[in-house]
Amino acid sequence: MFVSRYRFTRLLGSLLLAVFLVACTPSGGSMVVPPASEEPEVLVLASHDSFSISEEVLAEFETANNADVQYLALGDAGEALNKMLLSKEAPLADVMFGVDNSFLSRALKSDLFISYASPQLEGIADDLKLDASNKLLPVDFGYINLNADREWFLAQEIPLPQSLADLVLPAYKGLLVVQNPATSSPGLSFLLATIAYFGEDWPNFWAELRANDVLVTSGWSEAYFSHFTVGSGGVGNRPLVVSYSTSPPADVLYAEDGREIPASVNVNPPGGTFRQIEFVGIVKGTKKLDLARDFVDFMLSPMFQEDIPLNMFVYPALASAKLPDLFLEFAEAPTDPAQIDPADIEQNREAWIEQWTGIMLH
Amino acid sequence: MWAAAPAVFLAVFYFFPLARIFWVSFEPGGVGDTGYAPDFSYWGRILEFTIRQSVVSTMATLATGLPIAWWIHHSSGSSKKWMLSLLTVPFVMPAVVVGAAFTALVGPNGLFNQFLMSLLSLEHPPLNLLHSFTLVVIAHLFYNVSVVVRIVSNFWDQLDSRQVAAASTLGAGTWSRLWSIEFPLLLPGLLSAALLVFLFCFSSFGLVLILGGLEFTTLEVEIYRQAVSFFNLRVATALSLLQLAVTFLVMNLHTRLQSESSRPGVLAMEPESERLTQMPRPLVRFLSIFMWLAILILLSPLIALLLRSVTLGHSLFSLQHFVGLFRNSVNNAFLASPATAIGNSLKYGLAAAASSLVLGLCMTFTVHCAPKRLGHLLDPLFLLPLGTSTVTLGLGYILAMGQMRTSAWLVPIAHSLIALPFVLRILLPTIRGLSPALKEASAVLGASPLLTWWRVELPLLVPALVVALVFAFLASLGEFGATLLVARPQHPTIPLMIFRALGRPGLANLGQALALSTILMVLSASSMLLLDHLPGVSREF
Repeated sequence: MFVSRYRFTRLLGSLLLAVFLVACTPSGGSMVVPPASEEPEVLVLASHDSFSISEEVLAEFETANNADVQYLALGDAGEALNKMLLSKEAPLADVMFGVDNSFLSRALKSDLFISYASPQLEGIADDLKLDASNKLLPVDFGYINLNADREWFLAQEIPLPQSLADLVLPAYKGLLVVQNPATSSPGLSFLLATIAYFGEDWPNFWAELRANDVLVTSGWSEAYFSHFTVGSGGVGNRPLVVSYSTSPPADVLYAEDGREIPASVNVNPPGGTFRQIEFVGIVKGTKKLDLARDFVDFMLSPMFQEDIPLNMFVYPALASAKLPDLFLEFAEAPTDPAQIDPADIEQNREAWIEQWTGIMLH
Repeated sequence: MWAAAPAVFLAVFYFFPLARIFWVSFEPGGVGDTGYAPDFSYWGRILEFTIRQSVVSTMATLATGLPIAWWIHHSSGSSKKWMLSLLTVPFVMPAVVVGAAFTALVGPNGLFNQFLMSLLSLEHPPLNLLHSFTLVVIAHLFYNVSVVVRIVSNFWDQLDSRQVAAASTLGAGTWSRLWSIEFPLLLPGLLSAALLVFLFCFSSFGLVLILGGLEFTTLEVEIYRQAVSFFNLRVATALSLLQLAVTFLVMNLHTRLQSESSRPGVLAMEPESERLTQMPRPLVRFLSIFMWLAILILLSPLIALLLRSVTLGHSLFSLQHFVGLFRNSVNNAFLASPATAIGNSLKYGLAAAASSLVLGLCMTFTVHCAPKRLGHLLDPLFLLPLGTSTVTLGLGYILAMGQMRTSAWLVPIAHSLIALPFVLRILLPTIRGLSPALKEASAVLGASPLLTWWRVELPLLVPALVVALVFAFLASLGEFGATLLVARPQHPTIPLMIFRALGRPGLANLGQALALSTILMVLSASSMLLLDHLPGVSREF
């Protein structure tokens, strides 16, 4: 027995060594040797986890500029900005994409970015340009709104809610699921929309919403996939969810059952949606200023802009960019989103969230 | 000599990043200096809840785990192996999936409620567990029951059966033997299991966030809120320090108890367990059915998940979501296919298991050979990563790693860090249990210390090494929080891929997440089964 154990040890030892050697070979398989004689210049793009771009679109930029774009995913939008702030002295990236209007003030105040008046800005609507100093340039925008289960409301013969105030009516008791603004970006956006819509009276609205059996989840995924009747495939029992105006197209694109019409439908209560604008900025201290500028121009060019919708499920900032059919048919954009100043958001975010938490708990 | 490798590893990849983030947060006039300082009641409230839910969860886990451990100790053969393997599956499941599984089961529209409603012909769901303290406790029980079962049943197997036999001869009944002989002997193992479970519940994050709702905030959840949502770094790091302090104290207690309980010679090489021969056969059969039923109920969230992965979007049965995983339709510059993620998970798992085994072996010898007092300090120190906030450590990595931040090596390194405490916990009691007589005999026969180590000590450690390897592999397979912080999007793991799939609307994405979860379950169950079928391998956790 002893001898066999000893052999087993040696076997295990060599096995371990082999496994270690095989498994520890770094797997940087995506590095492609460039055809050009010159080494491609590396450009690091920091963003949130949802950044996405088609392979051939990025390849176009990389080939044209002999560049190797590396993407650093830094968590959700707020987390990514915090990490950039934390590493300001030794920047992690050359370009950062994904600061949104709710974090715009924090980003500008901290002097993290340098100005760049891209020639591409011309084609972009003025109301998206929230930073006059051009440190942060608008790339895309999306709307946080309500998604409703089309079939459910038809079957129950309940009309879709027409305004935020409707949500506290008895007819909508126990129908809505929202996200905690302290841990979820759409949750915060929806809270901001209600603050803009109800003004001073917003705490009352939430108290009534709570009495009307609103369900609060920690994040978007739980709300949409566990509780929303459409998203959960029948497991959830909430036919109304806080989501995006671009979720219905995704419901068709990722359906697998060949449905041509989304099972969910947008509810855009007047003044009760929130427009989230995402910005790109060149990080102060970059050693690749020219390439970083080229990349910003590229992000605002028609090619990248038209790639945005089906990759990130938001609308391109460039007015002339063509939208995919799915967007034209099912992602009708709200015409009058809530108006709220980024500086106000930065000033009051924490207090609002704390106040909201107090209302929902007591 | 042994200390060098793990010391350097921990210094570079653990203590240095932590020190950096602590320094930056408390630096006067730095980014952490927001002037915001919550009052005393704030800290008290969060600490109180964190400890309370951990204590209740631990008690519930013990109460459930002990009868199962008793049964497993007394049973034999393949049923024992299957029970142990299946009970370990929750261990690798990411919280986001388990949260969804629990909702699918006990939510207002969940299977339990639908069943009860049709059974009792009710109009409204009778169970309302969602976002309740009870559900948090049940989820922790689900996650940790295998810890209790493994440690306690193994401890039981290794008890000197002669004492029990003697008591039996002297006329003690089953209950009397259990209470006055076995229970006192089991106490160290029991406490060891309880402390580990307590610690897992103490640093719980995802489950509390998803299943607990607004009302319940553990230290880890609050650290996330303060660091990520509010960017109050000073408060976040102060909370992390508090968490580390409690972790250290509990671990210190744990290591003391464990070094007490594993004296040389206690460890039997061929454990003999008392079988159930004295019990009447119908009772044995009844108990067996009862235990399997209990395990089935315990694992029902996983069963619900499994069922959903083959029925979502279909009325009966379909493997569509599994086939979808291997359809290569990813046209994305930075996203890999699910198949790649499966490959990565296996690769990183093997790398992490191998490296943490080597480092863990060094650590074990360091602690074992150190003077007793130093050992009692080193052991809990090596276990600290288990109770460290991943959010805080992630921010530390941002500060400390610089350009290394994009390296593909960081994932197996981070996984090793997480797996090391398990490896140490498995190897240390075994080494302590080795009889010094063997070593002395080898020396008397003229073998050098190195030869003695290679030919005597190491072979005796093989079973424990195999267990450690598998647990390290599983720890890596299921790791989510740290992976999210260091992995490059091009090289995702299975849990990361699940997280990403659940970030987009559409049933195909949900289906992908469910199918990947099922694959994760099968991977972990089969590696545990493989482990438990290896001959002569101890099941010490």
